[in-house]
Amino acid sequence: MRAILALEDGTYFEGESFGASGESSGEMVFNTSMSGYQEIITDPSYAGQIVAMTYPHIGNYGVNESDNESESTAMRGLVVRELSRVYSNYRANGSLSDFLSANGIIGIQGVDTRFLTKHIRSKGAMKAYLSTTDSNPQSVIKKAQGSPGLVGVDLVNTVTKTEPYEFGKREDPFKDMAPLPDECPPGNCHDVVVMDFGAKGNIVRSLEHVGCRGSVVPASTTAEQILAMKPAGVMLSNGPGDPEAVTYAIDEIRKLLGKVPIFGICLGHQLLSLALGGSTFKLKFGHRGGNQPVKDLATGKIQITSQNHGFAVDPGSLAHSAAHGPIKVTHINLNDDTVEGIACEDIPAFSVQYHPEASPGPHDSLFIFTQFVNLMDESAGISQLGASV
Amino acid sequence: MPRRTDLKKILLIGSGPIVIGQACEFDYSGTQACKVLREEGYQVILINSNPATIMTDPEFADRTYIEPLTPEMVEKVIEQEKPDAILPTLGGQTGLNLAMALSQRGVLEKHNVEMLGATAESINMAEDRSLFKEAMARIGLDLPRSANCRSANDATAFADSAGFPLVVRPSFTLGGSGGGIAYNQEELTEMVSYGVSLSPVGEALVEESVIGWKEFELEVMRDNADNVVIVCSIENFDPMGVHTGDSITVAPAQTLTDREYQRLRNAAIDVIREIGVETGGSNVQFAIDPETGRLVIIEMNPRVSRSSALASKATGFPIAKIAAKLAVGYTLDEIPNDITRKTPASFEPTIDYVVAKIPRWAFEKFSEADSTLTTKMKSVGETMAIGRTFKEAIQKAVRSLEIGRYGLGADGQDDIDHNELVKMLSRPNPDRLFYVREALARGMDIAEVHRLTNIDEWFLDQLAQLVEAAQGVAGRSLADIDAVTFKELKRLGFSDIQLAHLFSSSEDQVRAARKGLGVIPTYLSVDTCAAEFEAYTPYFYSSYETESEVKQSDKRKVMVLGSGPNRIGQGIEFDYCCVHASFALREEGIESIMVNCNPETVSTDYDTSDRLYFEPLVFEDVMNIIEQEDPDGVIVQFGGQTPLKLAEQLEDAGVKILGTSPDSIDLAEDRKRFGAVLDDLGIAQAPGGTATTFKEAAKIASRVGYPVLVRPSYVLGGRAMEIVYNADMLEHYMKTAIDASPDRPVLIDRFLEDAIEVDVDAIYDGTHMLIGGIMEHIEEAGIHSGDSACVIPAHTISEDLKTQIRTQTRALAEGLGVHGLINIQFAIKGTDLYILEANPRASRTVPFVSKATGVPMAKVAAKVMVGRSLEELGLLEGRMTEVEGVADATRSMGDYIAIKEAVLPFNKFPEEDTTLGPEMKSTGEVMGIDTDFGHAFAKAEASAGASLPTSGTCFLSVTDRDKAAIVPIAKSLRELGFSLVATRGTAKALEEAGIRAKPLKKVQEGRPNVLDLIKDKEVSLIVNTPMGRGPRSDGYQIRTAAVVYGVPSITTLSGAAQAVKGIEATIHRDFSVGCLQGYHAEPPKVPAGSPSS
Repeated sequence: MRAILALEDGTYFEGESFGASGESSGEMVFNTSMSGYQEIITDPSYAGQIVAMTYPHIGNYGVNESDNESESTAMRGLVVRELSRVYSNYRANGSLSDFLSANGIIGIQGVDTRFLTKHIRSKGAMKAYLSTTDSNPQSVIKKAQGSPGLVGVDLVNTVTKTEPYEFGKREDPFKDMAPLPDECPPGNCHDVVVMDFGAKGNIVRSLEHVGCRGSVVPASTTAEQILAMKPAGVMLSNGPGDPEAVTYAIDEIRKLLGKVPIFGICLGHQLLSLALGGSTFKLKFGHRGGNQPVKDLATGKIQITSQNHGFAVDPGSLAHSAAHGPIKVTHINLNDDTVEGIACEDIPAFSVQYHPEASPGPHDSLFIFTQFVNLMDESAGISQLGASV
Repeated sequence: MPRRTDLKKILLIGSGPIVIGQACEFDYSGTQACKVLREEGYQVILINSNPATIMTDPEFADRTYIEPLTPEMVEKVIEQEKPDAILPTLGGQTGLNLAMALSQRGVLEKHNVEMLGATAESINMAEDRSLFKEAMARIGLDLPRSANCRSANDATAFADSAGFPLVVRPSFTLGGSGGGIAYNQEELTEMVSYGVSLSPVGEALVEESVIGWKEFELEVMRDNADNVVIVCSIENFDPMGVHTGDSITVAPAQTLTDREYQRLRNAAIDVIREIGVETGGSNVQFAIDPETGRLVIIEMNPRVSRSSALASKATGFPIAKIAAKLAVGYTLDEIPNDITRKTPASFEPTIDYVVAKIPRWAFEKFSEADSTLTTKMKSVGETMAIGRTFKEAIQKAVRSLEIGRYGLGADGQDDIDHNELVKMLSRPNPDRLFYVREALARGMDIAEVHRLTNIDEWFLDQLAQLVEAAQGVAGRSLADIDAVTFKELKRLGFSDIQLAHLFSSSEDQVRAARKGLGVIPTYLSVDTCAAEFEAYTPYFYSSYETESEVKQSDKRKVMVLGSGPNRIGQGIEFDYCCVHASFALREEGIESIMVNCNPETVSTDYDTSDRLYFEPLVFEDVMNIIEQEDPDGVIVQFGGQTPLKLAEQLEDAGVKILGTSPDSIDLAEDRKRFGAVLDDLGIAQAPGGTATTFKEAAKIASRVGYPVLVRPSYVLGGRAMEIVYNADMLEHYMKTAIDASPDRPVLIDRFLEDAIEVDVDAIYDGTHMLIGGIMEHIEEAGIHSGDSACVIPAHTISEDLKTQIRTQTRALAEGLGVHGLINIQFAIKGTDLYILEANPRASRTVPFVSKATGVPMAKVAAKVMVGRSLEELGLLEGRMTEVEGVADATRSMGDYIAIKEAVLPFNKFPEEDTTLGPEMKSTGEVMGIDTDFGHAFAKAEASAGASLPTSGTCFLSVTDRDKAAIVPIAKSLRELGFSLVATRGTAKALEEAGIRAKPLKKVQEGRPNVLDLIKDKEVSLIVNTPMGRGPRSDGYQIRTAAVVYGVPSITTLSGAAQAVKGIEATIHRDFSVGCLQGYHAEPPKVPAGSPSS
């Protein structure tokens, strides 16, 4: 079956459809990871987006049961140069095409994804429309132009879990992944609440790996409800879309500041920054891939990171919070010097823009979860100290 | 951290001659390192014995030592230069081993030389299998189960518990030399004994077989701040069991999930940290059990490697250049990515195309050698291709190989018996890719092919898609193919020639139809980032996509066609010339456009030319680039036969060929036309003729008299060239050795016995001629010039003959219409001069001549080809000879001698006879340079891996013809203190001349015989002239044993006579070392302007 991918600026691509059929709109973005399409497809952060993979062969190793990042898929479409018609991997239990069909995602192949990528790179991320039913390119272009777009839209509520669930009862989920770059501390459980803005499964697994347990709660959970659970720390997860549209979460996070150690990832990092009084802006075409160099400004060390974000924190907006003291930029992206991490100096809160949980992508930054554990330990020490004074 | 300021002078060790397992990739890495270190303001001292390298060009280092790569010689260089540091990780295994030897001998400590990149401890940990195993255990990585064996008995004990098959890996050998797979006790015993004997530490690792497992490689880099990045992942098409150098490999990995890939990545990072490579690149190899996912580490190289050259070319990330910067203190984030300019080198390249590498073998040169591919590397070169899909890349890689295939099948060339097919699928061999395709084409299902080959089903399906596409359109008419179908086929990588076969049409018609439909290739950038950032480095590959990314340029531009994959007869020398052409163009302010498909080379470094196209060197792909670029001219004379073969077709297509015209080239190559030119000029040629049948051949032979030299026309490297002594041999040759046809007749010449052969390289600009040098061969005519040692300046040729040579060279260049380089081979018999052949193109000896004289012949020739004159380039002054208009570069040479020696690959093919003949067998060359012949010769031999002994026992066994001539040689050896042993006939001849030699049994005469002496290392030198060839002859067994046990073995009397001089010289005075810059600065031996009479 033929399919058409149209962009709001009038550019369109004809290709062959795979996966689900029908129509879908979304923001057109590209991802430069050469492996990890299954994790990308199941990452809730891609809600509202049509994703082009720059690597031309996709589907080579099929899909398997254990590499999903969430139980559902939020992505609006997948664009590839060439879908593999067979799959070959000892863990595979199905083809990518069947997986997309089962999850209602439209795929299109035969697209010059390099040309598409260069187009997005120069013109910026834009609205797009994918159709297997409409064979008129002009009509599909109009649909792209008429679609809602991402800015100002709260996509978190489309992907957050509606009911809380517990984690940390299982054995170390990474035991078959050895060697890992980072030792996991034994036992010593910390209770953590994960605010689910579209959390990737590997955030939870990474917490489990460093000995955490606790609950994953819906994005709408209030600060009061969270504090009532007496967590040792709160994890602000990744998630899709424009952070400034998630006002309810920003308000609740603000109430948590200083009361409990906080660690944010990706959208969680942006929400923490907004809660601290900072602002965010939309990047021209975002960072999506597994090869982004991030410098830890404290140590000077470089981590190769997995990233997926279209918005970034404005460093000028963040120097100081009236309520919570100085804030420092801890990490920057070496490709474009954008903010990749912040930390509060007076209160236990820090966050990173990239994905230390990887999946897909390098494991260089898994140790950040250990830093979170250390922060929780220090804060517990301080509060015990405070209690005894 | 900024660059280190405590270092001033850095010693770089090159990798020596091109051998199997170590090729020009180390010239690429070393050249990059030299450039970087000098840009950073360090003084660079270089030692490398290989004159055919760019790195040994005198302008690439401050002091360039072309000296033997032995610990003794490097120590002398260290004593002389007193460097602060040594960089051992860019010169291959040779560089690493030398640095280790210097460290172990305390030389580095004594002279206070720091080892950059990796410490001796790290290198040892990576190279010593048991230390490596322990290190891997510390970081929780599995290795195949194994045991270190020092004898066959040790191995048998391990086999009792581990079972068969077992893999044998001798410690510290090049390219896995001496290794293999043992399927039974007998093979195990043989392999372990051989491996232990080859290993410098007398040890071999015997391990559990992981044959058939999936094989992966990761290229890792680390800086001194402990930042680590992975540059590239590589998946082998051929599963475990085939040496990675002999495997088809693909980048990036195709069949790993991210979770599995990250496991490899974590492991590779842990490995480089645990081994402790402080800065620079390493290569880590893994195997994965396809059934269970069990991961084992195979090995790590704590240095840049063949794979890192491939990874650099595959991704655009210049590993060696970055490694050199890291070695002097920079961190990855301080180094900009040249390609994007805006982003740093501290990232991991991501690519949006597929890269395929296919090795190139030379089994046609080694009839006795076993072509089964094992863990011992046998290929002599490789080609790489880039496509948007694996299918496109593999088809392009096949046509880059220049083996007469223009893609994978679909060319009517697969005619294979079914039983043969099954056998050839299960036995890894050079043509397995074609057998796989043929099996699929005949309907064998993918699962069955997988069962027979263990090749991953994903790759097999890709090949099946090509088969289906070809079958889907086969038999259709070209006129019926529409633009959409055409584009689909081109996107699958099908060449116009394949399509012509499928549509029963011609290449020209397909091309015309395709272009008529607007189906033309686009050129995409190799940009390290999958188009995320704009690329500034003009490095391109073709694909049939939406738009080209080449920025149009209106400047004057010239295209240089490269030489393709290395092979015997066409190696690094031609790449050297192409690189010089680019340098010359740059100096002349002309844009240079390089086309080549060999990832090992300097020419495919994106820094070398203004634009680089990584494309197959066949008409279709070259013409497409010409149409894209519209260059002012194309240089085809520098890349050997590869571009030369295209010259006529390109000219017919309206392309301007610079320099000597294709018609002039044909004039030299066409026997009849050439003969007419010689007749006109009154130049003598050995009598002969051309024939297409035995009858014609026999007639010519009886006319000119036996022995005759027979060879096919239009070949390089003496392919299928033989000396034929009688009519029977001639008949056999004509019937079996070659396919003669009216287009491709056989040349038959009177063979000039005992003649001295001379090579001349010269440049003619239409007015003046500059002769680079008259090179006198050590071996007599009849030994291929590529396998023969030669001397500059010619040491036994009279001035009168030199004048004749100069006169004839000039006359021929003029007569042929040469504009640029010409190479002529002459034979001197008594006082008569005969021309053997003339080649109006760059020759194999151009780099040697350039290094010997200091005149960069290829660069000068390129300038002449774009219109400069020798006179305005200032090259004539002080070099003019007695012959009108002819200058000779040796006129400005100081009082020294340079000798080129060939390096032969017999240690890789222990079954092969080592005698030399008209068919070229060497893979590389070395140069010895000194103030006298003896020392220069001894250095050349030492560099070639056959250090001449200064004492001990010499074994002599010569053919009857040579019995008189051996006497003075034997006498000199006795006087030099050698004891002599000889076979009975030779001993008797010597005794009659009053020289004592102990008679020894021949191999068939019982024991102890000469083989026992060789094995017991009681012989330090062998002189054995062939009395017959073939595996059963005595000489064959002696010569092959000499190779196995590393005893220098000389097979010609002329070689033996020179060896005596070398031995004598080294006994009288120990070696000293000298740099090229010093030699070249010496005042000329003959004062300028005073031609000798």
